[in-house]
Amino acid sequence: MTQNPYLWLIPVLPLAGAAINGVFGRQSSKKAISTIALVFPGVAFALALWIAARFSSAPAPYYFDLAHWIRAGNFQADFSFYLDQLSLVMLLVVTGVGFLIHIYSVGYMSEDDGYYRFMSYLNLFMFFMLTLVLAKNYLLMFIGWEGVGLASYLLIGFWFTKDSAAAAGKKAFIVNRIGDFGFLIALFLMIQHFGSLDFTRVFAAVQHLQPEVAGTGLLTSIGMLLMVGAAGKSAQIPLYVWLPDAMEGPTPVSALIHAATMVTAGVYMVARSHVIFERAPGALTVVAVIGTLTALFAATIGIAQTDIKKVLAYSTVSQLGYMFMACGVAAFSAGIFHLMTHAFFKGLLFLAAGSVIHAMGGEQDMRKMGGLRKKIPWTFWTMFMGTLAIAGIPGFSGFFSKDEILLATQRANTPLWILGVLTAGLTSFYMFRLLFLTFFGEQRFDEHHVHVHESPRSMVIPLVVLAILAVGGGWMAAPLLWGKANYFAEYLSPVFVANQEAPAAAAESAGGAGVLQALLGAPVIAGLVGLFLAWWFYIRSPEAPRKLAASLAALYKLLSGKYFIDELYAAVIVRPLVWISDRILWHVVDEGVIDGTVNGVARVSRESGDRLRHASTGNIRTYAAWILIGVVVFTSLLLWMVS
Amino acid sequence: MTIPLSAYLILSGILFMCGVLGFLIKRNIITIFMSIELMLNGVNLSFVAFAAQWHALSGQIFVFFVMVVAAAEAAVGLAIIIAVYRTRETLNVDQVNLLKL
Repeated sequence: MTQNPYLWLIPVLPLAGAAINGVFGRQSSKKAISTIALVFPGVAFALALWIAARFSSAPAPYYFDLAHWIRAGNFQADFSFYLDQLSLVMLLVVTGVGFLIHIYSVGYMSEDDGYYRFMSYLNLFMFFMLTLVLAKNYLLMFIGWEGVGLASYLLIGFWFTKDSAAAAGKKAFIVNRIGDFGFLIALFLMIQHFGSLDFTRVFAAVQHLQPEVAGTGLLTSIGMLLMVGAAGKSAQIPLYVWLPDAMEGPTPVSALIHAATMVTAGVYMVARSHVIFERAPGALTVVAVIGTLTALFAATIGIAQTDIKKVLAYSTVSQLGYMFMACGVAAFSAGIFHLMTHAFFKGLLFLAAGSVIHAMGGEQDMRKMGGLRKKIPWTFWTMFMGTLAIAGIPGFSGFFSKDEILLATQRANTPLWILGVLTAGLTSFYMFRLLFLTFFGEQRFDEHHVHVHESPRSMVIPLVVLAILAVGGGWMAAPLLWGKANYFAEYLSPVFVANQEAPAAAAESAGGAGVLQALLGAPVIAGLVGLFLAWWFYIRSPEAPRKLAASLAALYKLLSGKYFIDELYAAVIVRPLVWISDRILWHVVDEGVIDGTVNGVARVSRESGDRLRHASTGNIRTYAAWILIGVVVFTSLLLWMVS
Repeated sequence: MTIPLSAYLILSGILFMCGVLGFLIKRNIITIFMSIELMLNGVNLSFVAFAAQWHALSGQIFVFFVMVVAAAEAAVGLAIIIAVYRTRETLNVDQVNLLKL
């Protein structure tokens, strides 16, 4: 391991930006706010690039101990940072995509009164996310984990005067607490059994655990609890409900936090803990099953949504499911690969959707769009690239990452693979549906009311950069096609292969022809079928969807109602909880027991005082008499006791 | 002829009781004040009586202390009495009853 004294600057720079804008932003000019909000993350990004460029020259991983934090007995957790290939990928994604979205926000949010607040929150989010990614121990990671939750809450509820936004912020925060609860218990178990939260120490301890101890379910429970945390943060079944609501936030927030970076924290955490999961096959299976089910489940909901951002939200949930599916079949590098390409194309799609909403003057309902292709060509072409990428059309980044996941799944678990391929088809369908509804067909809005216009340059440039990344971001895996090594998997191999043969390596040995066949096989066909169906339904015969929805009314209602999971949770969890809080905790425990005790003490003093105050007549001679009586009584008592 | 200890103690008791009764019955603050002095001196008498009886010096020393305290108390007490008279124009304790609720 090598010391790298610049490492700590990367998270701290955005924090400085957040602090400056947060404190002085109200009085500053828009220009000053933008400069500060862009320069600090920009420098962090440049620093990350510089470290990445030097990365191969010094033996990795890098670390830097900034300060002592907790030292109690044998336990210690410090402010120390850690950079290996895995965190480097995350670091570049977070700073790079984050920086682009900062640029975009300058254009998107410039008219908003809370501009300085928004930029300050965004920078704050960057700080916490980088802390999460660069932490050297689970506790510091947990700080970042909670911090991004806070930033997410603040940004979802950014337009806090809107009731739905405030409620969505609360929902996100509370659902995340459930996941954090699992994460925290996993940390307690680690402290109890390994006496440390430092990554290297915990992983060393896990590796040296005797098989009979490892088999007792300790690692399985730690793994499952970590997965509970990851399910909360990364919106997996059953805790995904907060993410679609989080679209109440401004669109750059949806792109940065709820698509590209924060929601992938769970995937990163699972990949980081791969040592634990590799020794806990039970937990790994749970991860794979949850991921696959979420991918399919969310994709089916995405088909029937009409709000452009909601479609993307469910698509995010679905793609995160893919990442967990990859982790669940121990193809961690494939999961991280998909995380990276997803950050590119989903960030792009959200920003493009934001650009569409901007052009439409705030309209988010796709049924009221249509025919926008010619009016906003930049937005259309970049979004088209993003759609091709997410649909897994060969040559685009999503193709490489998604198919690598499906390849690994095919080797490990056929039923999951079938569901994954099905999801690939659905993904392609709902994404092209979105594209066709928005940009093709006839205009379904009143042109006299809506002045459609292309977005300013500060919004278009990030779109173009992300579109390039969405197209080419996956090419480093391309050699896999002709039977060579996947550069990305090879790059990450020092992290993942250290103790076990990685699936990527297995894929390598399987030979080029087989790989090519598998890659170009089912998932691509599924994607093309999805594309064709979307074309058929939304371009060829635009009346067909309505007829189909009418003939399958029950199914359509189920899908557009999102399986009524929110209603189910409300009936099963929220309402009983509110009832218990209201009837028992409030009216009985709080009012009866706690208030009762306090008020009771007060009443006793008040009433005894009320009785006793009559002794204070104000007559000095009466007081004197009382004193005398007291003296006599005490003296006689004393005498009596002595004798 | 020696006077027995009991005589001193009886006199001391009579003085003390006079003080107590005066303290309880009288309404004039100055009289009450004098009654307190009477009680103190009753106690002083028993102190010196015991001191003489047992040939112990400590009783005498106590008396000096009591005298010093009584003198200080007289200074402060009379000052208070003057202040009360200036504000209330009376020395009747029954009319000085603002502490009553």
